[in-house]
Amino acid sequence: MSSSDLAPSAGLPELASVFWRPRVDERILRRREHIWTITTALHTLPFIAAAALLALAKPVTLPVSLILLAHAWAIPELYAARGANVIRPRGPAAAAAAGAERRALGLLGDLVDHSARSLLERTGLVVERGRLGVWLLGEAGALLVRPRGRRVLCYCVSAVDPELPAGDRVAHLLLALRADESGFATVANLAFAGAPWRVRRRVAATARPALAEAVTQARG
Amino acid sequence: MSKLIRMDRTGHTTLAEWSTDDPEAVEAAVATFRAELEQGYFAVVTRGEGEAEQVHELPTDASLVILRRPIAGG
Repeated sequence: MSSSDLAPSAGLPELASVFWRPRVDERILRRREHIWTITTALHTLPFIAAAALLALAKPVTLPVSLILLAHAWAIPELYAARGANVIRPRGPAAAAAAGAERRALGLLGDLVDHSARSLLERTGLVVERGRLGVWLLGEAGALLVRPRGRRVLCYCVSAVDPELPAGDRVAHLLLALRADESGFATVANLAFAGAPWRVRRRVAATARPALAEAVTQARG
Repeated sequence: MSKLIRMDRTGHTTLAEWSTDDPEAVEAAVATFRAELEQGYFAVVTRGEGEAEQVHELPTDASLVILRRPIAGG
C-alpha cells in the first residue's frame, strides 16, 4: 500500500482510554485557562482579604496577617511547582544502558530540525510549534505556551514503558503530538495553567533556555 | 531502502528493511509490522517538518516507519 492510499488518521488510538474527555480545541483551552485563573484568585484573595481586615481591625494581629499573606503567595507557587515538575528530567532508566541513551538521542535528533536539535543537546527538551501554541516536550510531560506567550499549560504525559531511554520517551511524545496535536492534549493530564514567569522560576536552570525559546516563538 | 524501526529499551531496533522492487522483503516487512501492532505498538510515519501520521498498514513507499508504545496522562 502506498502512503497516498492512506486514509486520514482518525486520531491517536490512546483517545479510546479517555473517551469521556471532550477533544481539546481552542475553546476548551481558553476555558481551562480562565478556570485556572479563577481558581488561583479564589485560593489567594480570601487570604489577602483576611490579612487586610485583620491588620486594619487590630494592628496587633499583624503577624497573623503576614502568615495569611504567606499562604496567599505559597499556594499558587505550589501549583506552579507542580506544573514545572512535568519537564523535570527523570534520569536514565535502570534498564537503559549508555549506548541505548545515545541511540535514542540520535533518533530523536533526526526527527527535529537544526535549531531544535541544538536546544535538545543543551536542555534535553524539544521545542515544537503546533496549531495550539508552542510545545516544550520533556521525558514525562509537556508545556504548551499559548500564542502571544502569556499563558502556559503544563501537562503530565508519558510513554507507558518507564524503562525506555530518555531520548525515546521524548520521541514518543513528539511523534504522538505530530500525529494528532489535539488528541495529544486530550490524552495528557493538565497539571497547571498560568503565567510563564511562574513556571520559569520553578524549572531547572538547564531547562530555562528552552522555555524562553518556546515563549519567544509563541510571541512571534 | 526503507526501514521499520521500533523504539524500545535499546534505543531503537531495526526490524525490517525493504525496497519496493523486492517483493519478498516487502512481504517480510509487512508481516513484521503486523506482528508488532498485535503486540500493542503503534506505527507512525513522519510527513515532513512537524507532521506525522498514525498508520495501520505498512506504507511501503515511506522511507522510515517508527513503532512506538502508547502514551498516557500521568
